[in-house]
Amino acid sequence: MNQTNDEKSVALRASFKRAVMVIVSLFILALVLLYIDIIFGDSLYSFTDVMDVIASRAPSGITFVIGELRLPRALTAFACGALFGMAGASFQRLLHNPLASPDIIGITEGANTAAVFGIVVLGISGLELSAFAIVGGLTTAIVVALLTFHHGFAPQRLVLVGIAIGAMLNAIGSWMLIRADQWDIQSASRWLTGSLADSDWTYVIITMITLAIGLIAVMPLSRQLDMLRLGDDVAAGLGVKVGLSRAAIVIIAVLMLSIATSAVGPIAFVSFLAGPIAVRLIHSGSSAIATSGLVGSCLVLGSDVIAQHATGTQFPVGVVTSVIGGPVLVVLMYFSMRKESQL
Amino acid sequence: MKLPEIPTDPLNHGQQQSQSASLSAQKISVAYGTHLAVNGVDLDAHGGQIGAIIGANGCGKSTFLRALARLVKPQGGTVILNGHDIAKLPTKRVATQLGILPQSPIAPDGITVFDLVSRGRYPYHRFGSHWSRQDQDAVEHALEVTHMSDFADRSVDQLSGGQRQRAWIALTLAQDTDIVLLDEPTTYLDVAYQLEVLDLLADLNAIDGIIIIMVIHDINLAARYADWILAMKDGTCDTFGTPSEVITPDVIRRVFGMDVRIIQDPESKTPMIIADSRHALGPKREILEKEKL
Ligand SMILES: Nc1ncnc2c1ncn2[C@@H]1O[C@H](COP(=O)(O)OP(=O)(O)O)[C@@H](O)[C@H]1O
Ligand SMILES: [Mg+2]
Repeated sequence: MNQTNDEKSVALRASFKRAVMVIVSLFILALVLLYIDIIFGDSLYSFTDVMDVIASRAPSGITFVIGELRLPRALTAFACGALFGMAGASFQRLLHNPLASPDIIGITEGANTAAVFGIVVLGISGLELSAFAIVGGLTTAIVVALLTFHHGFAPQRLVLVGIAIGAMLNAIGSWMLIRADQWDIQSASRWLTGSLADSDWTYVIITMITLAIGLIAVMPLSRQLDMLRLGDDVAAGLGVKVGLSRAAIVIIAVLMLSIATSAVGPIAFVSFLAGPIAVRLIHSGSSAIATSGLVGSCLVLGSDVIAQHATGTQFPVGVVTSVIGGPVLVVLMYFSMRKESQL
Repeated sequence: MKLPEIPTDPLNHGQQQSQSASLSAQKISVAYGTHLAVNGVDLDAHGGQIGAIIGANGCGKSTFLRALARLVKPQGGTVILNGHDIAKLPTKRVATQLGILPQSPIAPDGITVFDLVSRGRYPYHRFGSHWSRQDQDAVEHALEVTHMSDFADRSVDQLSGGQRQRAWIALTLAQDTDIVLLDEPTTYLDVAYQLEVLDLLADLNAIDGIIIIMVIHDINLAARYADWILAMKDGTCDTFGTPSEVITPDVIRRVFGMDVRIIQDPESKTPMIIADSRHALGPKREILEKEKL
């Protein structure tokens, strides 16, 4: 009896160890990518240069390039990647469906279109813009939910309704961008595919604070999310306040997602990819929300490095994430349709 | 037809621990939209009994069970759990007194049996609280009595139907409640597994005095294992009583629309139905053939 006791706690400790290992490795990877993103560019800088800038003893040229361009860009990439990843995984786990990530079911598009409207029509920025994007994201979430839950809940319908709503919102967003003729393609690309080119310290501060709040809020909620994955009735029978928990998770997720979107646009497929990758790394029944955040950071940072330095031309980061995410979406869609038709 | 006399004394089963545990329902009605799925059903369960709810598909069995566990809010009526109105109890407190296993639950991908069963300890935790010795003991005990200890580290996806169902029952047991509700715990199981699961529940009832209420399809198994049976029809209670009171040709005809004869189960001495069906009747075929000649 004692022996099996020990075996079990060994097994438990092993899965815990694995989770810690994965998280630490991802964090180190994110830091390395962050560093690469900062030092590479038209001119290559060294570690001492970066340290000098942080300690504000570097020459003004370097201070500008690193302090005003590359550092905010890389930090925004880190924070927004994490926000997209955590929000995406929250939705996917809550709805028991990897296709139900907010960038597929129209919610990111809702936040994005609201942001485009805010910037193009109202001319707002910073916190105001974030608030506007949040309203857009929440409204879209409510609309998609109402259209889906009309006669009971069907996950596959949610995805179809969401894709349709997202496409409509995208069209509206593009139309507004075209109408606003002062916008060049470079700036517009932030709202079309997502881009880090406009990052500045305002957005670093906003997204980092959101990340901190999101992490604090997500930790207790991820336990409830773990329970909700057993099904609503089982969770409720075990004392989870299902409606309340679900509402809290949706609100936090939409908040994280909308603020990230207002800062960098709808960087394609990061929300969608982060969760499934994290689960495969951790390999347990847990929701892996924080891990998904780190995967999101690595995805955005890695894609930005590729977008900027891999070829002669510089792309918006969203182009790279699309190239990675598109095929994965097709494969997942294919298997989920096959599963449906077997039922 | 004369019913066989079956000695049943529901209250005799009771054990000290759960003498105090009780679950009763008064005039429970549940509506989905305008459709009344359950209409004024009463129940009184106490003293470590096993109860079975039977009835045709869609007659409201699951809905009634869910109302008993507060998974659905009744339109009218009250559920009293251990002397308190269940609607007024804190969610987690309910979960320490009453466990429910819904029909065919689905485990998250990749979860191990141990992980799954340990979720049963959720009602005893708040954010930041540690996994205690008591939690570990409860989970190990649940695994042991369901004979799942050897599968603790296996992924639930890799289990057979019977093992999977035992894992879910273990989760409900880890919850450590005096009352356990189960919705069709034996559906989709092979006959041997059905008996295994029901024997397990009967053991728990006999040893720990846990009150068990289950929705069950098989009328003969209900008669064999239950102290009382609630037969439902169109959302209402048709008959409530001991198996010999409920399993009669009249009740079965009303509730299932089926003609049956009742004999005594040679194994358990409980009533047992023998259903008539057009094609199963050898003698009839002989008669038909004789008429043709
Ligand atoms: N979530 C629901 N929404 C709407 N109607 C439901 C729902 N669940 C059950 N019903 C309806 O309520 C009735 C009773 O269902 P249920 O309690 O599941 O019956 P049983 O378990 O006896 O087969 C059925 O007519 C069913 O269609
Ligand atoms: Mg049912």
